[in-house]
Amino acid sequence: MVIECKHVWEHISGYLDGTLEPEVLRMVQEHLEHCEICSAILDSTRNILILTADERVFELPLGYSERLHNRLDEELRGAEGGD
Amino acid sequence: MIAAILAGESQRFHDLIRPYERSVYVMALSFVHDESDAEDIAQEAFLKAFRNLASFRGEAKFGTWLISITLNEARSRLRRKKLIKMEPLEAPDDDGSHVSPALLRDWKEIPSEALERSEMRSLLQKAVEGLPPIYREIFVLRDIEELSIAEAADVLQITVASVKVRLHRARVALQKTLAPQLKQMDSKRRWFPWS
Ligand SMILES: [Zn+2]
Repeated sequence: MVIECKHVWEHISGYLDGTLEPEVLRMVQEHLEHCEICSAILDSTRNILILTADERVFELPLGYSERLHNRLDEELRGAEGGD
Repeated sequence: MIAAILAGESQRFHDLIRPYERSVYVMALSFVHDESDAEDIAQEAFLKAFRNLASFRGEAKFGTWLISITLNEARSRLRRKKLIKMEPLEAPDDDGSHVSPALLRDWKEIPSEALERSEMRSLLQKAVEGLPPIYREIFVLRDIEELSIAEAADVLQITVASVKVRLHRARVALQKTLAPQLKQMDSKRRWFPWS
């Protein structure tokens, strides 16, 4: 069965997660073999997900960890003080 | 380790949370778009986790529990600041609305090295932060914090089916926003390598 581009788009997320039913997966794969647009859409989405997941995108502020542990220390010492 | 902390070895809480420092902060940042507010939320979330440690039952993973606390803290902070009214209305999952991807004829892979440029990092950051809240939540949990679909459903208290629908829309929306911008950026770079 041949499916249209817009039906492939409904499966972008499932395709990338590898959660498509075998039958759907086969149809999507067949479509991708001859559709450069859908292939480019999938490649770009995959690429974008890899980039956004990179640790460099959301950087921790300088001194964050130190300030956090100092703040925790105050609380922890209070807890140990039997209060 | 949790049992030891509850039994009085409070100092071990420092070690318990070390692996989660980053994910809690990123979760908070994706909500408030401001570094110092995000840091506040992160500190508050860790303090709440410590104070409520006895109520952690071990049914979920500790990291997932911590993320739930952070999410609640971020949401209530937003409500207090009334920032939430600036956010678009939440669309129900079954409203039949479709997000279409940006159409491209080809895609040239952008390597991770491109993230050395701050311009690139802020483009991606803004795109994630610009997602409507229900899509941003699921995207951050699943694609940045790397929770499983079931864990994300648990944290957000929604069904697995809803997680899949929202995640799909979030990913397509990001592709739609980012693919044309990244493509343009990349072509500029090839034409003007000296810039
Ligand atoms: Zn197609």
